[in-house]
Amino acid sequence: MVHAINSLIKINGETLSALPQDLYIPPDALEVYLEAFEGPLDLLLYLIRKHNLDILDIPMADLTVQYMTYVDKMKAINLELAADYLLMSAMLIEIKSRMLLPKPAAVEEEDDPRAELVRRLMEYEAIKRAAQRLDAMPKVGQEIEVAAAYFQPVSQMKPPEVNLEDLVEAWRNVLKRAKLHQHHKLGRAELSVREHMSLLLRRLSKTPVLRFDELFDVAKEGIPTLVVHFLAMLELAKEGLIRITQQDAFGPIYVQASHSS
Amino acid sequence: MREPDNIAQMKAILEAALLTSPQPLALDDLLKLFAGRMERATLRMLLDELKADWMEKTLELVQVASGYRFQAKEAYGEYLSRLNPERQPKYSRAVMETLAIIAYRQPVTRGDIEQIRGVAVNPNVIRQLQERDWIDIVGQREVPGRPALYATTKHFLDDLNLRSLAELPPFEAFAQSEIPLE
Repeated sequence: MVHAINSLIKINGETLSALPQDLYIPPDALEVYLEAFEGPLDLLLYLIRKHNLDILDIPMADLTVQYMTYVDKMKAINLELAADYLLMSAMLIEIKSRMLLPKPAAVEEEDDPRAELVRRLMEYEAIKRAAQRLDAMPKVGQEIEVAAAYFQPVSQMKPPEVNLEDLVEAWRNVLKRAKLHQHHKLGRAELSVREHMSLLLRRLSKTPVLRFDELFDVAKEGIPTLVVHFLAMLELAKEGLIRITQQDAFGPIYVQASHSS
Repeated sequence: MREPDNIAQMKAILEAALLTSPQPLALDDLLKLFAGRMERATLRMLLDELKADWMEKTLELVQVASGYRFQAKEAYGEYLSRLNPERQPKYSRAVMETLAIIAYRQPVTRGDIEQIRGVAVNPNVIRQLQERDWIDIVGQREVPGRPALYATTKHFLDDLNLRSLAELPPFEAFAQSEIPLE
């Protein structure tokens, strides 16, 4: 690009003595720029603004040359993207050639061939500004937090109807269960150590040696039963009816009937 | 259940309903609270009073397209956003330009959007806006192919804190010929 600029720089018909500071774009940066453009209109607008061209009086030759430089670069990078841009370059060249052609006197009032392009550029530019403005507006989920106090809808936890009879019935049930409970306690009183001593001996008669923990059904029995069971085991040991052995510290404890050995 | 018999009670009911509603409540929704025993004009007056009652508090009662809602005042937005670091990422320029065209030129077809932007519309862009429930299809243009006509939704207005499209900044404001480069 920099080679294209000769010693005499003309922008919009005016000669510049020095290279404008913002004119040179390094080739690497160009790639970044191209990805940033949203299409041929966006690129055209960029060129027009960048080079301070008057949108209402576009110098078609300059603009077309600049545009083609970008498009050539773009074709090398991204062919797919270039299709829309190529269409635009065809349009620019068409406008340029129409402007170059001498106008016959009969069609003197012909519209400026640039008019449609200018209309589209101005509309696009306005949309671009509108998009930026929409983007900047506060939005729910970003800048706007909507209040949402917690409320459990009543319909989801409507309490069931209760009348006096239900209440009486419930109280009767409590009394009934309390009685059962008492009965159960009496049963517990029958859990004698003696009974468990028999249970233990019966088991050991079937299986001569049992591991200590195999004798306790922790999953099924309640704590009172387990305690009685343990007491029964101690009682049996005391009476010399069983032997409790352990080979080494923290090793398994074995229980066997005394007579079995 | 006893019906409210004074203004303070009625305002309290409105307040409770609005604070607990996950979406804006329209006047018709709010009328249901009073089992048809409330005039629309009275309701509007109560809402105005409620709005005034909250003036000095952290929340404000606002009216958007779908109705009334409480939201945190703008001053707290920056702090509140820290509670939720997974914010939605910003939309691409293609998405925002497409949205702007639909918002200002609706109803429009895909072809209209392409005409204004000068590039083919990526179906992804339309999908993103539809998924956000900001645009939808409102009909077809009676031309060959019957292309779908897109328009913005009420939800779009709600999300942008607007009551109607008329509250969008006027399009003419953007149509200037001298615009500085970004």
